Amino acid sequence: MKTLQGIGLGMFLLALLTFNALLFMGRFELSEPEMAQSVKQEHVEVLRQELQPMLGKTYSSSFAFATDFNSYLDAYNEKQKNSQQWDRVIWDDYAFTLAKVASEGFVKNNKLLLLLLTVVLGAAGALFYILPKYKGEPEGIKNNGIMFSSNKSRGVVGISLGAYLILVYMLLYWFPEYIVNWTLLVDPLSHALSGGPASQWFLYGTIYTLAILVMGVRMFRRYRGNNYQLLRTASVMFFQLSFAFLIPEVLVLLNKPWYDFKNIWPLDYDFFFEYSVASMLGSGSLGMFMLIWGILLILVAVPVFTYFYGKRWYCSWVCGCGGLAETAGDPYRHLSDKSLKAWKVERWMVYPILVFITGITILTIANYFTEFALLRQSTDVLHQWYGFLIGAAFAGVVGVGFYPLMGNRVWCRFGCPLAAYIGLIQRFKSRFRITTNGGQCISCGNCSTYCEMGIDVRWYAQRGQNIVRASCVGCGICASVCPRGVLKLENGPEQGRITDIPVLTGNDSVKVLS
Amino acid sequence: MKDSVHTGDFCILTKGRRIVIIGNGIAGVTCARHLRKRDSEAQITIISGETEHFFSRTALMYIYMGHMKYEHTKPYEDWFWEKNRLQLVHGWVTSIDFGKKELQLQQQEPIKYDILILALGSKPNMFGWPGQELQGVQGLYSYQDLQKMNESTASCQRAVVVGGGLIGVEMAEMLLSRKLPVTFLVREAGFWEHVLPKEESELVMRHMREHHVDLRLQTELKELLDDGTGRVRAVVTASGEEIPCQFVGLAVGVRPNIELVRNTALEINRGILVNEHFATNIPNVFAIGDCAEYRVPLPNRQSVEQVWYTGRMHGETLAHNLTHEPVKYNPGPWFNSAKFFDIEYQTYGMVPNTWEEPVASFYWEHESGKIAFRAVFNGTDKRLHGVNAFGLRLRHEFFDRALKENRTVEEVLVKLQEALFDPEFYAKHNYEMLQAYNRQFGTNLEPEKKKKKGMLAALLGL
Ligand SMILES: Cc1cc2nc3c(=O)[nH]c(=O)nc-3n(C[C@H](O)[C@H](O)[C@H](O)COP(=O)(O)OP(=O)(O)OC[C@H]3O[C@@H](n4cnc5c(N)ncnc54)[C@H](O)[C@@H]3O)c2cc1C
Ligand code: SF4
Repeated sequence: MKTLQGIGLGMFLLALLTFNALLFMGRFELSEPEMAQSVKQEHVEVLRQELQPMLGKTYSSSFAFATDFNSYLDAYNEKQKNSQQWDRVIWDDYAFTLAKVASEGFVKNNKLLLLLLTVVLGAAGALFYILPKYKGEPEGIKNNGIMFSSNKSRGVVGISLGAYLILVYMLLYWFPEYIVNWTLLVDPLSHALSGGPASQWFLYGTIYTLAILVMGVRMFRRYRGNNYQLLRTASVMFFQLSFAFLIPEVLVLLNKPWYDFKNIWPLDYDFFFEYSVASMLGSGSLGMFMLIWGILLILVAVPVFTYFYGKRWYCSWVCGCGGLAETAGDPYRHLSDKSLKAWKVERWMVYPILVFITGITILTIANYFTEFALLRQSTDVLHQWYGFLIGAAFAGVVGVGFYPLMGNRVWCRFGCPLAAYIGLIQRFKSRFRITTNGGQCISCGNCSTYCEMGIDVRWYAQRGQNIVRASCVGCGICASVCPRGVLKLENGPEQGRITDIPVLTGNDSVKVLS
Repeated sequence: MKDSVHTGDFCILTKGRRIVIIGNGIAGVTCARHLRKRDSEAQITIISGETEHFFSRTALMYIYMGHMKYEHTKPYEDWFWEKNRLQLVHGWVTSIDFGKKELQLQQQEPIKYDILILALGSKPNMFGWPGQELQGVQGLYSYQDLQKMNESTASCQRAVVVGGGLIGVEMAEMLLSRKLPVTFLVREAGFWEHVLPKEESELVMRHMREHHVDLRLQTELKELLDDGTGRVRAVVTASGEEIPCQFVGLAVGVRPNIELVRNTALEINRGILVNEHFATNIPNVFAIGDCAEYRVPLPNRQSVEQVWYTGRMHGETLAHNLTHEPVKYNPGPWFNSAKFFDIEYQTYGMVPNTWEEPVASFYWEHESGKIAFRAVFNGTDKRLHGVNAFGLRLRHEFFDRALKENRTVEEVLVKLQEALFDPEFYAKHNYEMLQAYNRQFGTNLEPEKKKKKGMLAALLGL
């Protein structure tokens, strides 16, 4: 068993090493026809002149290639700006596209083999490591040694992993031209699904989905015997694989807009931005359906489902961010800050973000209906800033990069405007609550420790108070780790749901308010 | 519930009275919190030598196993004490001058009090075994014990745990979490035999063996052997068997920690003697929690109760008594819970380990051998005495009410659906249990159905 796990770990690490080494491999050589095919017609002539020194030149890495390209383009744009020739400035980001067509040699010629040696080998290694776990052990959650683990307890391994993830996310969002070699690997898969080459987003989607699937298997092992956890995990795996990964790609194959049918505004923050709406309206009846579906999700599905089942119906059963947090992020759930102060910070962040994106969206829609008379193109600036700060930096870089540093729900807790919206409904109009079992709590703290949302569950449990909190995503781990059977996630009548005057069962001498 | 004692006769009531509590465990802290809620003027001081802040003793095992850090076991954040003006003193009280109403501390200045509350907790039992003072031999009660255990087991290959009770299993689980083989010596013929009926005891033992605990029943410790450097190298059992080990956990019960007040004017027996209001024989001195002993035990209750819940209830009640007209301590039906490795245990009411006519028992066990339910009741009128549940969560309120209202076992069984507290999507066994009861007692009970739900309502979880 141990050897198998050791081999698995070895495979995974080897794959990771190879994967990273790939970035430094291959050659980059941009030919004139390649360039002409990849850029807009109106830019071909300009770029042919400006990039003259680069064309046909061989670069030994994407870094060198991108550096040269950016400096030539910047120089050109600078000139135009200085001479106030705004319409001649090239705003399009061609660095990734051109680096991709320019790539030659080892990586390009061995896509499938390298895919096998990195992504596939890594996933297989992880499974080899995960599957034999707990074999021969009785069912039951084993949190042994978590606080001693360097990876899970902010040790050197954890911090390094966090730094690595942050770096990768920064490359993904802002410097995709440096990771073209990675996207080459998944080209064949992309062609098979959508008929086109892989963008950095396709690469991201593939790895993201794979992470949820593989770490979902880990959840199956870890929480075996616990049906709530098993079903919930199966659900996020299903929604990620189908709704978030396969269906959108197939839509693209059918020449329809890329659309994730379970992504809801305001998490899907650009749903109402002009380009999204235009693309849906331009796609016939299916596009129209997407628009109406999206609006119904916001206005009907969210309130109704949240009323009956609480926030969990989305956040820990369906959502993609939640899906990753609940699978790949599970080993880090205890790193969330449980202090009262953190709760304050949370409220001062997540609700303003909700207000902010709602404001931007309303402005955008108003602008749209007044045919841009209201604000002209200035909403674009707001969109860009929101996309940069919240959509990329917060949701992505911090959201996942901080798993090993601040727990797996940093984004969901402090940033996600959809979670804020659903949370308000859960708090004020829902049948969901976590019930505490009379006076059985021994204040041990397992529930609070393992709450990924940083809720101090024990605070409520030890005073016999139902837990009704906007942020609770209903993952059910508190109930799973409680050694005394004190907590139960329940949907029930609204009456008596919020116990402001809790009384602990057991002491008949006095009725004390805890 | 009220009786003739008035608060004024019961304790000093002056504004700004100095209330000093020795012991920051669940009893002392609960009392302090409730005192502060009802008396905003009092100067409240909590003294403890063990740790500066209140932590959950019941969670000690999880620190050792790496589930939590010490910080996680503190039920209140550190700012809580100052905000509620509960002054904390971290130090040991060495003696009490009941005449001068003054405490001597090991390092700090003496502290004066108007009202003194003793919440001193317990100490592990030691039965004078030869070699019990060797390094690597210890009980588990305090945070210091835990630190010692951490150090002693760092370079250990085999461990022995002595004592067949709750702390013993916890120690076994702790040691096994660090991959140390454990031999578990139990003097009796079954684990926790004086509390659990035979079937339950066997269920737990099966599960311990499944976890590779080397369980030795009817095996008594005789002595502990020195390796020549003052460390333990083996234990010797009554039958003369020598079991090599480098760590020995002694978990043979606890006793009230009353060394501080021995040979003083305070009346003690096993614990500090208190009346039904937690008053000792000295005015304005009270005792609660593990260290208190009732002069007159409540019906069906021990005179010393050493569990978390009772400590809490003592604290709640005494705080009430010091701020209102005193009431008698009146805990509701007994309840308790524990966890044996992966199997949770809950109990409500009185389930003895053996019983005689007219008391009867119904026992059901799932085919997995890991889920079980027992109801003990009066065989004549079927009135429920208590239940045991293993691998099954039950609602405290449901049984608290059923026991207080003298429900019969049959009324409870047909409604058991309402009492189930397992997580969603868990298999429900209430029907199976009822059928087993029908078979055993020749009845024909049907589960009491709640109002029938429509498809939609069921789907929506209404
Ligand atoms: C490992 C373990 C697991 C347990 N698990 C459970 C469980 O699952 N369920 C349950 O119901 N019960 C459990 N118990 C029992 C429960 O923890 C105790 O009943 C409860 O903690 C007693 O609380 P207390 O406030 O009376 O005393 P304590 O918590 O013992 O507090 C007394 C405090 O007073 C301090 N003190 C004593 N003398 C002095 C002095 N002279 N000067 C200064 N300070 C002093 C002590 O250091 C201590 O900190 C467990 C106990 C142990 C040891
Ligand atoms: S895990 Fe259970 S017993 Fe422990 S503090 Fe939370 S609710 Fe209480």
